[in-house]
Amino acid sequence: MAAAEVPQDEQGFLEYVQEGGQVEATDRLPDEYRAKLVKFVEMHANSELMGVLPEREWILRAPTLQRKLALTAKVQDEVGHAQLIYRVVEDLGKPRAQCLDDLVAGRSKFHNVFHYPTRTWGDVGVIAWLVDAAAIISQKALLKCSYAPYARIMKKICWEESFHILHGRDVILAMVTGTPEQFELVQEALDRWWPPLMQFHGNPIPRDEDPMWTWRIKSQGNEEARQQFLEGYVPQIWELGLTVPDPKLRRRDDGVWEYTEPDWEELRSVVTGHGPMTDERLAFRRRFIEQESWVREALVA
Amino acid sequence: MIWEVFRSERKGQPFEHAGSLDAPDAGFAEAWAREQYGRRGESVALWLVPRDAIRDVEDWADEFDLKYRRVDGYSIKARLKEARERAAAGPR
Repeated sequence: MAAAEVPQDEQGFLEYVQEGGQVEATDRLPDEYRAKLVKFVEMHANSELMGVLPEREWILRAPTLQRKLALTAKVQDEVGHAQLIYRVVEDLGKPRAQCLDDLVAGRSKFHNVFHYPTRTWGDVGVIAWLVDAAAIISQKALLKCSYAPYARIMKKICWEESFHILHGRDVILAMVTGTPEQFELVQEALDRWWPPLMQFHGNPIPRDEDPMWTWRIKSQGNEEARQQFLEGYVPQIWELGLTVPDPKLRRRDDGVWEYTEPDWEELRSVVTGHGPMTDERLAFRRRFIEQESWVREALVA
Repeated sequence: MIWEVFRSERKGQPFEHAGSLDAPDAGFAEAWAREQYGRRGESVALWLVPRDAIRDVEDWADEFDLKYRRVDGYSIKARLKEARERAAAGPR
C-alpha cells in the first residue's frame, strides 16, 4: 500500500486537507497555505508570549505562597508554549528573531485579551479560568489541524491548559466563598472581562468564508467556538451566583445562545495595536529582549 | 541546531514524536527537553535526536503487487460461501 501522497497542485492539496489529510514540514506546501499558516501560528506564539505579562504582574502580589508558586508555574508553561510554537513557525521558514522583531515593532498581532490591564487579584482568577477556557476551545480545535507538527505540540499545550483552568477555578472559588469584598472583586473583574471574552473567538464570519477553515488550519468556525464557550461556562458562572453583564444573554430552547452583539470595532482596534495596555506591554517585552540578549549570545558562543 | 524530541509515557510504551527544540549542544537540548516534556512526570524517557541524523523514508514504491503479504491480499468471502454451500449440499 503506497502512503497517501500529498497532492502537488494547489487544488489537489486543498481537497486533501479538506478530507482530513495532514501534512508534514517536509511536504511541498502551496505558498498560500504556508503564508496563512505562518500568520496564524505566529499570532498564536505571540499570544502565549504576551499572555504571560498580565499574570506576571501579579506574581509578586499573589496572596499566598502557594498561589505565587502556581502562578509562576503557569507563566513558565505559557512561555514554554511560545517556544514550542515559534519552533513550528521557524520550520515553516520564519526565524524566531524575526518573529520577535515583528512583535515588538507592532507589525504582527496577538490576542485581544492580552491588551487589557489586570487590575485586581480577581482579574487573575478570571483570566486563568475564563480566558484560558476560551483559549482551550480554540486550541482543542487545533488538535485536528492540517499541519501535523502544530497539531502534535497542541496535545501537550492542551494538557497543560487543563491545569490552568483548574487553577483559575480554584482562585475564583476561594474568592466567591470568601468575604463580600472578595466576591465583589470577582464580579467586578468579570464585568470588565466579559466584552473582550465575547470578542475573543472573532467575528461570526461563516466558516466557509474563513481561509483558516478553508485550509483546515482551524477545524471549527468562530461562532461555533463562541457557542461552545457559552454552553460550557455560562452555567458554571451562574451557579456561583455571579452575574454575566449581558441582559440579552439566554439559551434558546434549541440550545443556541443569544447575546448582545460584541463590539467588533473595539476588537479590530485592540488587535491592531490600540488596546489599553498594548504599548506598555510591547515596551516591556522589547526591554527584556534587549536586556537578556547577552544570555542568547552566551549560549551560542 | 534542531533536535527532535520523542517521549515515552510509560515503561514499555512506544516513543512518540512530541516536538522539536533548538539547542546549541546535547547538554542544553537535554535541559530544555526535561523542562518541556518532563517537568510534571508526564514522560518516563525521552529520546533527543539531531534532526540531521534522521533518515527519512517516505516513498513506498509498489511496482510489484505485494498484497500477498497483507490481510487485504486475501479475499475469501466468495470462496468461503461456495465451500459452505457445497458442504451443506451433502457428501460428495
